[in-house]
Amino acid sequence: MTQTPDPPPATSEHQNIDDPRAVSRRWMLLKIGVLINAAVAVAVATPVVRYLLGPIKRKGAYHSWITLGPIDQFPAGETRLATFGNPFNQPWDGETANTPCWVRRIDATNFQVFAINCAHLGCPVRWFPQSGLFMCPCHGGVYYSDGSRASGPPERGLFEYKYKVAGNQLQIFAGQTPTLSNEASNGLRVLNNYKGSGPCTG
Amino acid sequence: MHWVKQIYNWLELRLQLQGPVEDAALHPVPRNTASWWYVFGSAAFTLLLLQIATGILLAIVYVPSAANAWNSLNWLNHDLPLGWFLRAMHGWGSNFMVAVVLVHMAQVFLFGAYKFPRELTWIVGVFLLLMTLGMAFTGEVMRFDQDAYWGLGIGVSIVGRVPLIGGPLVDLMMGGPMIGGATLSRFFDLHVFVIPGTLLVLVAVHVWMVLKLGINDWPMPGRPVRRSTYLAEYHKLSHEHGLPFIPGAFWKDLIFSGAVLAAVAVCALVFGPYGPNGQPDPTIIQTNPKPDFFFLWIYAILAYLPPVLETPFILIVPILGIAVLLALPFYAGEGEKSWHRRPVAVLVLVTVAVSFGVFTHLGTFTPWSPIMDAWSSDPVPSKFLQDRTPLERQGAIVFQAKQCRNCHSLDKVGGLRGPALDDVATRLTEDQLFRQVLQGGGNMPAYGKNLSPSETTALVRFLTTLHAPGQQRATDASGAAAAQLTPPAPEPAKQ
Repeated sequence: MTQTPDPPPATSEHQNIDDPRAVSRRWMLLKIGVLINAAVAVAVATPVVRYLLGPIKRKGAYHSWITLGPIDQFPAGETRLATFGNPFNQPWDGETANTPCWVRRIDATNFQVFAINCAHLGCPVRWFPQSGLFMCPCHGGVYYSDGSRASGPPERGLFEYKYKVAGNQLQIFAGQTPTLSNEASNGLRVLNNYKGSGPCTG
Repeated sequence: MHWVKQIYNWLELRLQLQGPVEDAALHPVPRNTASWWYVFGSAAFTLLLLQIATGILLAIVYVPSAANAWNSLNWLNHDLPLGWFLRAMHGWGSNFMVAVVLVHMAQVFLFGAYKFPRELTWIVGVFLLLMTLGMAFTGEVMRFDQDAYWGLGIGVSIVGRVPLIGGPLVDLMMGGPMIGGATLSRFFDLHVFVIPGTLLVLVAVHVWMVLKLGINDWPMPGRPVRRSTYLAEYHKLSHEHGLPFIPGAFWKDLIFSGAVLAAVAVCALVFGPYGPNGQPDPTIIQTNPKPDFFFLWIYAILAYLPPVLETPFILIVPILGIAVLLALPFYAGEGEKSWHRRPVAVLVLVTVAVSFGVFTHLGTFTPWSPIMDAWSSDPVPSKFLQDRTPLERQGAIVFQAKQCRNCHSLDKVGGLRGPALDDVATRLTEDQLFRQVLQGGGNMPAYGKNLSPSETTALVRFLTTLHAPGQQRATDASGAAAAQLTPPAPEPAKQ
């Protein structure tokens, strides 16, 4: 195979690029070369797709119960800012490893915990206790004290985290930035909040 | 100078670049394209080179980590000699690049340059525009401050509106469940490797086609493009009546590019670098996130869309817009190039430019946003308090304390979200004011639960005094008619 004898000079004079045999052999070798490269490329690149899609996890995989602090921090009838550390943080996250949220303590046992992000485009809403409203600085979304939509561009109320009181600690089920495709607590729709947009729910 | 020639010959024998370079430099171009209108493309390229140079210099110091990026930017600004100047050059260079690319696009559109045979040049140009905007957005993220953090949040919210795959896309964009170190790292990757690499390849293709097909001839009314005849016509324009690109047209490119670079430097010197503003700590919520100027128009549109239209608009209109730009040369690949014969094109360009200007202007002063500290920082003008009863003045206190001022201005001070209330008493009767305050409506929250009856009464009494001295207050017409029909009571009790 490797020792292909030199063709006699007589035939080599006639062998040119138009020779169907020579052309087909060289082209076939070229095609094999392309095929080998394509196969290696696919074999090497496929795992890389997995690498690129690494951050995508199934719904809820990022969520866990996170402690906001002792419930005494939150006086009944008031709404206060709380901060929690992201469960999936890295040393190089710096200050971004923390996330704020609004805790409304309705009475001794009932709470509401709202995501800081406006349901419109995610800007941080601010609480005004005097008028009992959350206002967004970006596009003017306004919410009532129970998180339901009051006015402005948002199409729904504030995102709400599931909560529980464990011992003396207030815990929320969180871990992912809430968006319209991931509504805070593991896709759980908060019914008292979701439909409420009329003035009477305020 | 003999040795210079020797070195040149030694290199040229091996590189063999003289031929291609001469071909490119001396290729004939139509005489009237040596115009000041044709300088924007080369200026955009010059700015790209400036951005690459300043970007490489900044990357020596910048730390693409969420924990340290902000500190490294401040180190650049305050501690390194001329670090602030390089940041300013890069920031202003980016502003100029977006602006020059847009002007270049408007010019080639107006001059019909996208027509045969330059369709692909236009299409590649559309992608170059998208890459430039991509660089602008990712660059804004590199300036990792409060605006960058919440700007990313806005991006995340938009991506989260994509149906079905919105959730995974959000994870992919952030590199995890929340904005953090992984997010900055992948935007750094985009800003420094992926987009610039693509940009350079596309620029090479773009310029290659300009050299091979020739610069677009000056549009003349009555000289439409025909596929069958255009190439011969152009050859005649360039080869029989033309002049070599260098120096014929190139000197104007050079002078304009130099002027643009000088303008960037002057802006950098006078106005300094952009930010960084507040540190990217999401728990500091006293912030007013706003994009840089090239995205202000989107920011404004997002404020005005009705909620039901928002998601379809955000997701569909950009795709449609890009599709229209890409389809343009196929739809209008032939025909008149001159703006004298293309009224629709001129109208479209003017409409787009005016809309862009109006929305950008609106985006700079955001009339839709409540002014978060107006209630505590802007006093009620004294002219609205003089000669008022104690109850009415009490109402003015309620007006401030309940943050009404955040959305309603008095004497042009306060929010613009709701109507100015300087003369609200001429528009609404007392009953209507009660209803509006308690029940809200028309984009105003209902205050029924957060006002005591006495506060409501005081507030409405104050509002009924808000009218110019000579103006009549709004009255209930049916009440007046009823009063005329019934005999007047002996002496109505005065409050």
